[in-house]
Amino acid sequence: MPLSWYLYLAAGLFALGLFGAVARKNAVAILMSVELMLNAVNINIVAFWRYLAPAEIGGQIFAIMVFAVAAAEVAVGLALFISIYNSRKTIAADEINLMKW
Amino acid sequence: MTVEQGIFLFISFLILFSGFMMVTRSNLVHAALYLILVLFGVAVLFVLLNAGFLAVVQIIVYIGAIAILMIFAVMLTRGDVTGEAITMNSVFGWGMLLSSLFGFALIIMLGQWPAVTSLAPALPTGWNELVEIGVAFLSPQGFVIPFEVASVLLLAALIGALYVARAPKKGE
Repeated sequence: MPLSWYLYLAAGLFALGLFGAVARKNAVAILMSVELMLNAVNINIVAFWRYLAPAEIGGQIFAIMVFAVAAAEVAVGLALFISIYNSRKTIAADEINLMKW
Repeated sequence: MTVEQGIFLFISFLILFSGFMMVTRSNLVHAALYLILVLFGVAVLFVLLNAGFLAVVQIIVYIGAIAILMIFAVMLTRGDVTGEAITMNSVFGWGMLLSSLFGFALIIMLGQWPAVTSLAPALPTGWNELVEIGVAFLSPQGFVIPFEVASVLLLAALIGALYVARAPKKGE
């Protein structure tokens, strides 16, 4: 099947994740939507590796780097949310205005 | 239509449907379970793309660690937004407009790119994915410095998460 199938699917998944990250109220849901976008990018990376440069392993290495960064991001993000919840009893993104100028 | 295309169409329908359900559910535990379905679909796509090792890593790291961490966080911050009727913030309409414009722009741009219809070339003979990844990660000509930086990043994230989420001391 042509490369375009993967790219169209990844475009749709990225748009869904963007919608979630912009429009959701709960901060954990926003973080989940960011994961959707990272997964769309990973589909693109692996599809490009397979279709355009299958002899070089670099494409897969980049996908593994995305995994590592996603894990680090989720760990720190969730720790922040739990800390905010302990002190303010809410994680609604439009009510966390502690640093609002 | 070949079997591979049938699997792809089924999995892409599953991914898009679960992604849509994930961003619209008000119950966050349900949203996390739909997220797991999306991640599983992406793992199947990796298998279709001859990246079996990445599929295993996807299942272990994303489904086994990240999604479970999400469910932990949902349950530790429960009783607040979870189950509330309004799950979208006030710029809901702008978000829908922005994301659909972005998605359609991506699809139109992809349609104009000539390489988009190319088919997958055959893998080189004697190709062993695990050996290639291992050599690339540990040889000085390869990616040894990004590999070490990633391990330092994970350690820093671990210590930072512990520090941020610790129980506040008395008088703080």
